[in-house]
Amino acid sequence: MAADKVLNVKDLKLFFRTTKGVVRAVDGVDFTLERNRAVVIVGESGCGKTSLAKAILRLLPKNVDTYSGKVFLNDQETMKYTDEEYRTKVRWVKMSMVPQAAMNSLNPVLKVGDQVAEPAIIHNDMSKEVALQQAKKMFQQVGVPDDFINRYAFELSGGMRQRVTIAMSLMSLPELVILDEPTSALDVLTQANIFNVLKRIKKELGVSFILITHDIATSSELADDVAVMYAGQIVETGDASRFFDCPLHPYAIKLMDSVPRLRAKQEPDFITGKPPSLLNPPTGCRFKDRCPSRFERCDEEPPTYNIEGRTVKCWLYAKEGTNHND
Amino acid sequence: MTDTTQEKSQTIMTHDDDLKKRRENSLLSVQNLKVWFELRRLGFGTTGYVHAVDGVNFDLDYRETIAIVGESGCGKTTLMKSILALYQPTEGEIYFEGNPLSELKGYQMRQYRSEIGYVQQDPYGALAPFMNIRRILEEPMIINGINSKQERKDRIFNALEEVKLTPPGDFLEKFPHMLSGGQQQRVVLARAMLLEPKMIVADEPVSMLDASVRVEILRLMESLQERHDLAVIYITHDLSTVRYFSERVFVMYAGQLIEKTLIEDVVHDPKHPYTKALMEATSDPDANNALHYRDVPPGEPPSLVNPPKGCRFHPRCPYKIEGLCEVEVPPYFKTKPDQYVACWLYKDA
Amino acid sequence: MKGLLRNFKQYPSAIIGSILVLILVGIAIYTVIAIPYDEAIDQWRGGEDVRGAVPKTARPIYVNWFTSKKLPSTMVLDTTDPVEGVEKSEQDLGKGLRDINIVFRFDFNADDFPQELQVVMTSKFEDKNPFATLTWIKPDGTEIDLGDIGIKHSEIYRFQDSNLVEELQGVAPHIALFAVPESDPPEPMKGTYELHVDAIVFEEEADADAKFISFGQVHGIAGTDTRRRELSLALLWGTPIALSFGLLAAVGTSFTTMFIAATGVWFGGVVDESIQRVTEINMMLPFLPFLIMVGTFYSRSIWTMLAVVILLSIFGGSIKTYRAIFLQVKESQYIEAARSYGAGNWRIITRYLVPRIIPVLIPGLVSAIPSYVFLEASLAILGLGDPILPTWGKVINDARMSGALYNENYYWILQPAVLLMITGLGFALIGFALDRIFNPKLREV
Repeated sequence: MAADKVLNVKDLKLFFRTTKGVVRAVDGVDFTLERNRAVVIVGESGCGKTSLAKAILRLLPKNVDTYSGKVFLNDQETMKYTDEEYRTKVRWVKMSMVPQAAMNSLNPVLKVGDQVAEPAIIHNDMSKEVALQQAKKMFQQVGVPDDFINRYAFELSGGMRQRVTIAMSLMSLPELVILDEPTSALDVLTQANIFNVLKRIKKELGVSFILITHDIATSSELADDVAVMYAGQIVETGDASRFFDCPLHPYAIKLMDSVPRLRAKQEPDFITGKPPSLLNPPTGCRFKDRCPSRFERCDEEPPTYNIEGRTVKCWLYAKEGTNHND
Repeated sequence: MTDTTQEKSQTIMTHDDDLKKRRENSLLSVQNLKVWFELRRLGFGTTGYVHAVDGVNFDLDYRETIAIVGESGCGKTTLMKSILALYQPTEGEIYFEGNPLSELKGYQMRQYRSEIGYVQQDPYGALAPFMNIRRILEEPMIINGINSKQERKDRIFNALEEVKLTPPGDFLEKFPHMLSGGQQQRVVLARAMLLEPKMIVADEPVSMLDASVRVEILRLMESLQERHDLAVIYITHDLSTVRYFSERVFVMYAGQLIEKTLIEDVVHDPKHPYTKALMEATSDPDANNALHYRDVPPGEPPSLVNPPKGCRFHPRCPYKIEGLCEVEVPPYFKTKPDQYVACWLYKDA
Repeated sequence: MKGLLRNFKQYPSAIIGSILVLILVGIAIYTVIAIPYDEAIDQWRGGEDVRGAVPKTARPIYVNWFTSKKLPSTMVLDTTDPVEGVEKSEQDLGKGLRDINIVFRFDFNADDFPQELQVVMTSKFEDKNPFATLTWIKPDGTEIDLGDIGIKHSEIYRFQDSNLVEELQGVAPHIALFAVPESDPPEPMKGTYELHVDAIVFEEEADADAKFISFGQVHGIAGTDTRRRELSLALLWGTPIALSFGLLAAVGTSFTTMFIAATGVWFGGVVDESIQRVTEINMMLPFLPFLIMVGTFYSRSIWTMLAVVILLSIFGGSIKTYRAIFLQVKESQYIEAARSYGAGNWRIITRYLVPRIIPVLIPGLVSAIPSYVFLEASLAILGLGDPILPTWGKVINDARMSGALYNENYYWILQPAVLLMITGLGFALIGFALDRIFNPKLREV
């Protein structure tokens, strides 16, 4: 039974040119997302996860050095689209994004209703009245009262503003929404509320999510699948239940170990050293300098192995898994 | 850590206890503290006050660690800054080793400041970007009259070794932007330790650091605390880190401490509905979380300009008792030897 | 610092600017050493006799590089300073009379006539003064009798003898004595000329000396003005004056303003409010008219002007800019930390606030230097310059008042103007580059 893949990314690369050299922010990323599931991309700061989101949505800055690979949206190869086609057919039509600190980026001089309606007016050719109606519906979906259409951003609390930006991303009823650190600036209770909203949207609107975060604990609230990113590469993917129970990649294991748990008794661990710079990533496995299980083969870059539907980019699994690229 | 907890239970006192006895027996005694900020409208009179801290009472003993947990806007930052004497109390008083802070002047105030180490949330912001590490670490000592260059040098070397920035010589000439977040925070810790303080106040010391580094810094703080017999006030919104670092936990909401309890009880036996909500909302990584909704109260923390009457949590509380909670402010009820809850649900405790 | 220099070298504009400024500084240092202040003032103020052989409104020498018609430069032949072309011999005429025969021989190859001719004669005697006869011999052999004159200690013969005038048929001597005959318009004859001064002395110990001066149409590296002053003096000395004024004003103003802003922001409340009000009032005061009033009614000394300029500028608009930056910086975490480990107010202001403003201050300061230089020049042009000092503005003022442009003496105005422009350009280029270095956000990616 072939699962319906809403997104399939193959060998995606995004490099930036800076005064110090070329930053290899996204260095050959493969992953897939099935319909109506949420994948969480976890990684620490500087691992390239925000750049990955931008690469998928083709929101590129001016200093791009390399942008290559294949991005299949519903089996349609979008890399071939021109920028204009991409803008009219994909971005904010099929895919949308809630960027980091979006709640602070609301225009202070426009009413929130107008702002939320704007994408629909532009991308879906809706008239203003229809768009505002749609906005009200989305407000309901995210739990914001109707009359907030006429309010301004500064009148809303942080949690409300974040809900508004989520509503904005849903206006065209996209198939895929990318959320970049949606709750990192919010309090615990508000965070839980936002995730409740996301869970409901996933259930009622059938949206697929890519959630980008460094907060593993909270990510489990939404995750069906997990992808771990390190130094511009995806080092492990898998479904959430197997991942949280038993991660495979040494980095993922250490990462899970370093999460302080409220209810369990274990003492958390930490990882020594720091992640490599994306300017000059080391040859071979990028985690080798901090890996407790390092051995000679690690000086060569490991392939990605398939193990029962999960993938790991680590030599330790050479025997067990089948090579992903075969 | 558990042994000292037993000892400490005698020092937690209720409101009724003699204020004098409290401040004589503890390192820090915060008594009926209120810190209000005036809202001025173009200089024509006052439109109201922000009741940032609205009646806080607690004592901190020597070598004790406590955590103050609360969401943003609950007043914990103001409370902390009042302890650091950066704000003046509107009412009430803070006593350090029996002396009221409001009566300290000039030299005495500097003396007080040298007894407290301050660890801030943003490690990069806490370090002057135009000073190198050596100068950053020398500043507190120069200000507090440690004039011998050799002694300053020795202290700096010791401090850097203690926070595991070794070899110290490598770091002295560097500037803050050359260090990673974790290293920066270590410098902040080193700076806090230089004057051999009795107490450390840490405001979200790890929330801006990467996950893999957080625990390292918390462990470091723990070892520093043990080795130097420090009292620590650890302020955070993240309950999951509190376990590894504190004996007692105070939960703060809308300017007041609504629950004071031991760390184990916060996790396994929270009493106040707000504390319960916090527990419910804090996730551990578990795939099952995605399968159900979390039962958390809706709404937002109240505005501190016009806080709700009675119990401030009542507009959001699922267990509200009609006619009581929205009218009268609940006092502390002692539900266990070391557990105090300001909630009418426990009025028979 | 090293990083700063490295960054600096990256900008071609900065390098050009630095070269210009270094040239100016070099000129300033050289001038102060080579021509001491007192000497310079004396030369600038002194009367005509102090200067000696300087023509009026002569163009700079370099003009000859650009014209096909070569203008003559000043030539001085002095018997007391014997060089080739000066001969002095004696002839005994008997009866105690001697003939001191002085011959000046020189080549004249210019395409235009000298401005003026003079023979300065000095003599030593007890009772009877020597008596001289002057003869002029052109290259083609023509001899012209210039007349006779008695030499009393010091005598200046200006070629205005009535007989000479008649002999030259009304043509001015400095033209006629050099002209090719029958040339119209007159052209100078090129070749070797001779001037004979025969001085008859009547005493044993008497002696006579002569100095022949042909005032050129070009003189000096910068020309001269109507008062026979070499402009190079004013242009050279104007450099250190301009630079010092600009630097002192810029530095004095910037640092004082910064401290005022920092104090206001840090102490807040009444202090801040009063500083703001004073600033606002000060910004409304008319700057130049005020200076003019001070200059007219009180003193035009450059030190007074400098002081008044600084006083009026320290509460200027930059206070608002600095204040905005300080307000932001004041909220920084590290300042809070400093308060928590006991730093006092002044320490925080000087060591924690001020260093944050330096990246904004320095480029601003450098860019402000030329405006103060121009200000000083403007005051001079308005007639309010320091009465003693030779400055560029003074030169322009003199030129203007003497109708320089009307008289086609462009060099008189152009030279100081160019120096002012170079100053402005040099500092501006450096200032812009510094701005880009200190404020990386202004750089291109």
